[in-house]
Amino acid sequence: MSGLPAGVLPLDEEQTNSLQSAVAGLTAQQLQWASGYVAGLAASSKQIIPIGSNERSIAAIAHADEKNLTVLYGSQTGNGEQIASQLVRRASRAGFAATAVSLADFKPANLKRESLVTFVISTHGEGDPPDDAELFHEFLLSKKAPELTSLEYSVLALGDSSYVNFCQTGHELDARLAELGAERLSALVECDLDYDADATEWVDRIVSQLPHLLGVRESLAIPALRAVDAVSTFNKSNPFPAEVLINQKITGCDSSKDVRHIELSLEGSGLSYEPGDSLAVIARNPPQLVAELLDELALDGETLVSVRDQDFRLTDALTSELEITVITLGFLRDWAALSGNAELASMLQASEPTVLGLFLENHQVIDVVRLYPAEVAAQAFVGMLRFLSPRSYSISSSQDANPDEVHLSVAAVRYEALGHEHWGSASTYLADRLEEGDTVSVYVERNSRFRLPDEDVPIIMIGPGTGIAPFRAFVEQRAEKGSAGDNWLFFGDRNFDSDFLYQLEWQRYLKRGILTRLDVAFSRDQRQKIYVQDRIRENSKELFRWLEGGAVLYVCGDARRMAGDVNDALIDVLVKEGGLDTEAAAERLKVLRGEGRYQRDVY
Amino acid sequence: MSDANLTEVEVIKATSRHLRGTLEDGLSDPLTGAVADSDTHVSKFHGIYQQDNRDIRSERKRQKLEPAYSFMIRARIPGGLLTTSQWLGLDRIATEHANQTIRLTTRQAIQYHGVVKRDLKKTVAEINQAALDTIAACGDVNRNVMAPPLPGLSSIHREVQRQAEALSEHLMPKSRAYHEIWLDGDKIESSKTDVEPIYGDTYLPRKFKAAFVVPPQNDVDVFSQDLGFITIVKDGLILGFNVSVGGGMGMTHGETDTYPRLGDVLGFIRPDEVLAVAEAVVTIQRDFGDRTNRKHARLKYTIEDRGVDWFRAEVERRSGVIFDEPEKYAFAANGDTYGWQRDDVGAWHYGLFVENGRVGDFDDRRMLSGLRAIAQQHSTEFRLTPNQNLIIGKVAEKDKADIDALLVEYGIENSAHASPLRLNSMACVAFPTCGLAMAESERYLPTLIDKLDAALKRHGLGEEPITIRMTGCPNGCARPYIAEIGLVGKGPGRYTLFLGAGFAGGRLGAPYLDNANEEEVLGALSPLFERFARERLEGEHFGDFLVRSGVVREITAGRHIHDG
Repeated sequence: MSGLPAGVLPLDEEQTNSLQSAVAGLTAQQLQWASGYVAGLAASSKQIIPIGSNERSIAAIAHADEKNLTVLYGSQTGNGEQIASQLVRRASRAGFAATAVSLADFKPANLKRESLVTFVISTHGEGDPPDDAELFHEFLLSKKAPELTSLEYSVLALGDSSYVNFCQTGHELDARLAELGAERLSALVECDLDYDADATEWVDRIVSQLPHLLGVRESLAIPALRAVDAVSTFNKSNPFPAEVLINQKITGCDSSKDVRHIELSLEGSGLSYEPGDSLAVIARNPPQLVAELLDELALDGETLVSVRDQDFRLTDALTSELEITVITLGFLRDWAALSGNAELASMLQASEPTVLGLFLENHQVIDVVRLYPAEVAAQAFVGMLRFLSPRSYSISSSQDANPDEVHLSVAAVRYEALGHEHWGSASTYLADRLEEGDTVSVYVERNSRFRLPDEDVPIIMIGPGTGIAPFRAFVEQRAEKGSAGDNWLFFGDRNFDSDFLYQLEWQRYLKRGILTRLDVAFSRDQRQKIYVQDRIRENSKELFRWLEGGAVLYVCGDARRMAGDVNDALIDVLVKEGGLDTEAAAERLKVLRGEGRYQRDVY
Repeated sequence: MSDANLTEVEVIKATSRHLRGTLEDGLSDPLTGAVADSDTHVSKFHGIYQQDNRDIRSERKRQKLEPAYSFMIRARIPGGLLTTSQWLGLDRIATEHANQTIRLTTRQAIQYHGVVKRDLKKTVAEINQAALDTIAACGDVNRNVMAPPLPGLSSIHREVQRQAEALSEHLMPKSRAYHEIWLDGDKIESSKTDVEPIYGDTYLPRKFKAAFVVPPQNDVDVFSQDLGFITIVKDGLILGFNVSVGGGMGMTHGETDTYPRLGDVLGFIRPDEVLAVAEAVVTIQRDFGDRTNRKHARLKYTIEDRGVDWFRAEVERRSGVIFDEPEKYAFAANGDTYGWQRDDVGAWHYGLFVENGRVGDFDDRRMLSGLRAIAQQHSTEFRLTPNQNLIIGKVAEKDKADIDALLVEYGIENSAHASPLRLNSMACVAFPTCGLAMAESERYLPTLIDKLDAALKRHGLGEEPITIRMTGCPNGCARPYIAEIGLVGKGPGRYTLFLGAGFAGGRLGAPYLDNANEEEVLGALSPLFERFARERLEGEHFGDFLVRSGVVREITAGRHIHDG
């Protein structure tokens, strides 16, 4: 650094001198780190903790140094792409870095990382955005859209003036970007069907502005470094009220299941998590179930009861304080004593533990009340129930890729049994009773036994159903980091057409080479059922080769059957390809478990 | 024309190794319900279109699921002639693999919708087991050859059908790709290659449509075809054919150098000259058609750009056939004939109205089941008409009453739901499966007709036959530009209204309203119906009246359609 340019920085002479002496003698790499550190200081009033490794700060700087023109395009025909490529070609020829990206491939949240973006966007039908820009458009116009005060932009709108809402999408985009604080470089240009001349003029104008936009600003570029968060004050005893950003069903309309992709905002929480961690959700029981239970018991919901020395209306206690979708042995004993029911008493005394176990597993409090009716006082009933415990879900996002968000993949539990509708507590709370904009109380649960290995180590992920969740986080993290290790995913569910969770994301990861292999098993698409364990056996040779190459195995999902079936399949692989007998293979898997090369998150 | 200017589809054809592409790989990829983008063009030559359910396209994107891909499969059925056992095979396939309907097309073929990729190969194989195939039902080749299904002139008709089948066979692609991919046929040795003597390695620049017609019925809309043969009959024998070339429906909204066009009659030829002339027409289009712009690639533009006289001379040079002056002929209508008709050998045929060609079981109208019962019990032949209807053919006198009873039992007899306007209506498929649709068509036209029927009744026109056709986009599958009332989709709920076409398919309509919604369409037509009722000449058709009274321009040539 050869002296700071006078008059450019808002420092007085003394401050300038002390800054210069503070950085004197630093290497180029140290200087880069320091610049990120200082930028981080500026960006946040939070406590700054230097990161042990320089990796992140350097990555941040590298990102900022890639100051370029991004041309985002969306159109139903190839016209938008063609104009975008024209602009990129012209800019490149003039010596500037420029890239054209389809809005279909652009992650909307990344807009805040951009500094110079031009849009080429068409309008269809009655003022609708093109298919490939639909989600971006929706995001930008939603309250999820971030502030864009460091963005400069220009919009070229394509349209057909024989329609009423000519170029509407372009105008919406243009106005919204300004509203979000972005600076408009030039007024929106409308193009009709004969767009050539207008589009070329617009391209000329942008290209002529580039030396000013990219050249000058580059020398003053302040690298942005994300401030490292102070330890969050939110935890189990003080959960964070997270706003629901998205509650989206991700199984198709013909699916037998209702799986939700839920995005929560962690903004301002200071909460941090790593791929593999879980999020605990403070759930509430379904109001309909509470009402039915009160009805069965002939109790008044307004009755005051005491739970943990606090007074509640009975309805509230059953909704948010006590467990009613799960029964405990204690409850069953109390209820047997109260009801004096012989059948219940004999089941409790039976030497067959599986009968009781199955009963506990397959019944809720209301089932017991219906099957073995008895009169009970409100406070006595409350005393039989366990406190409602938080429900934990494997996090399905990478925080590095989504700094202020946490994503969950939740299967809503609803089923018909014993002639009545049944609901899960937390899953239906998340799926049915939380709308976008509502808040839900959460905290992070560490899971240090389910962690990505070093970046160059290959991984094999086996996650049928919502067991896919942590692997979405894994792959997102590896994509964000540019990790070198190969990634192989096994996924299974009922039907290809409706239950291929996150299908579009996996297809994109495969296309980008981030996901190395993806093997799927859809059990109900053909007469004989096919599961992930069948795919594991079919690919035994290759899978063994990966294991020999040091791959780490991960399994997530159902503990009752899947985890065991997969373990059996892995034993078969070791027997078939490794020449071990069954016992030795099982032992080998145990060793792998001990070495952290076979990690499970099953429930 | 330099290679650099060729369209993407031309490059795909050239590198497809005679229609193989990477289809086999795509069929076995379990991670997507689609095939590779380039293969969506290749598959068309095999009669297969990749589509997706557009009703849920945006919902699926939110669900992070790819579009609900499925395939439309079209069978090749020259002249629309099917044995009832073939029909029963098609019926079973519809029920097992498709969406439980059979869609009769405007080219006398049938198509299935909603076949998912994992069922595709099985479905195509089963169509072949039913003694049909899907080769060249779509793609840049000669499509299904049409011929009149009208049994009234039976011996003539049988000969025309024979000609249509011969032409279809002659212009079939010779590639073995279809048999390799769909029927597990032996693979061609890597050192060898297929030879396409007529088409060459890149086939035609665009689709190509051929039809035979027997006046006075112009049910095949011969002037909408790239190549038409107008049968000239004298003393009960076929004298020969007037040859018409350069018809075609498609255009693009807002691009005035694209337009529908009616064919020009080149002259008269003898029956034994049909194949030579057809092959010459096809090879001229192969060599001179525009391969740099698919919107300008149909034969109609080749002829428009170079002139009819040049084209006639080139056909004569290539075929060695010299055209005679065209013989006289006259067309009366371009619709179908309904109800019972008896042919020259005493067999009966029932023209069954199939609204928009959709054969399925809907509430109390169970056409799929009804036709199954009829095919199993009584009839030996079904004929698909050019207007998406079906003729129950070759019924013995003694079986007529039974068939009438079955038609009533299944709620599908013609009188049950059809006004003359409805009987003269056609709509393309459009939403939810067609990727080109901009507006509803098949799902909407029936309710629009309800409203138009009410308006016609108010003006005493309830029994007036008027042709009405709707398409969801300007490509014109249902030939809307030669309907007296033509509605061409432009956006959701919005149509361009064409009026003034000839009742017999001899004149194009002129654009009357652009981008109109239902209210505007009804608001425009109701006063015109009133005027027509008051001012029409004896026997005058609605389209002729609108032109005579100056309500719309007379369109004398397709290139003038945008002049107004």
